[in-house]
Amino acid sequence: MTDTQHTTPGAGHAEGEHHEAPYLLIWAVLLVLTLAEVGYAFLSLPKFWLALGLIVMAIWKALLVTLYYMHLRFEPKRLWVLATAPLPLVVILIAAVLTEF
Amino acid sequence: MTTHTPALQANMMVPDSTFEPGMQVYTMKLGMWVFLLSEVMFFTSLIGSYIILRFAHPDHFAQPGVVLNVPLTAFNTFFLICSSVTMVKAFAAIQHGDQRWLKLWLLATILIGSMFVGIQVVEYNALAHEGFVPGAAEYSAVGREAFKAGLAETAPVVGGPLYGATFYTMTGFHGVHVTIGVICLIFVLIRALRGHYIQLDHRGVELIGLYWHFVDLVWIILFTIVYLI
Repeated sequence: MTDTQHTTPGAGHAEGEHHEAPYLLIWAVLLVLTLAEVGYAFLSLPKFWLALGLIVMAIWKALLVTLYYMHLRFEPKRLWVLATAPLPLVVILIAAVLTEF
Repeated sequence: MTTHTPALQANMMVPDSTFEPGMQVYTMKLGMWVFLLSEVMFFTSLIGSYIILRFAHPDHFAQPGVVLNVPLTAFNTFFLICSSVTMVKAFAAIQHGDQRWLKLWLLATILIGSMFVGIQVVEYNALAHEGFVPGAAEYSAVGREAFKAGLAETAPVVGGPLYGATFYTMTGFHGVHVTIGVICLIFVLIRALRGHYIQLDHRGVELIGLYWHFVDLVWIILFTIVYLI
């Protein structure tokens, strides 16, 4: 990082330090995963494996969007802590719901 | 003279007065993240309710593709993913100070987002026409193919009232979020046309981008849970 970048109260990340992920590549991966999900959903598999595979693919897509399109990967670690704060609550809620059955 | 670490300076988009030193981002960005995290809990509560109802009343929910139009929705999902790309390209454009492409990518995002909402309205209309509506006590989903074949009266029932209620609640709330996003994008585009965003300060573009990608993220989860599982 140059001195100029240090003193620039500039863009989201200092000029010259733009973290441009390969947006089109990620778009292609998201598209392929969506097609894979649709194809996988209609396979003759046990419901458990269908659900597990679909959820894994959905989480994979969600992570790609969060990390690269929302640029969380390039944010300060403190924001990571904030962004992941509700995830334990999400897990607790879903787990509590599932234990009902 | 105030000194900041390089990491802190790298996130400075605006003068120090709007900078939140604890999180090392500007305050509006921190606010947007906190808002989005509250939205995570909102949609999680909806999904949690859906799981409870689905496990408790499996007879109310049809198999994937029987009632809901998966190919159409997959196509719509493709649209929303495309809109995320155009949104992030708009952000990248203004990061490079490219005003022309900022406006064009924003316009593309608005158009694609509007198409998503439009297709959802078409889907709702078709489903309602087939009798897939929420709330009616005697309602039973008979399936799209049965309806098309004129067998709606005699075909075996494949779903119950909870299916429609949960479907419209979850996708409806998401649709409202997309609609709000489109309205906000139009506002941002108008500001962009007036030259409000520059390479050194484009907070509005980044903030609406965060919101828009979050809406895309929620749809990725909903599409899987509501349409495919």
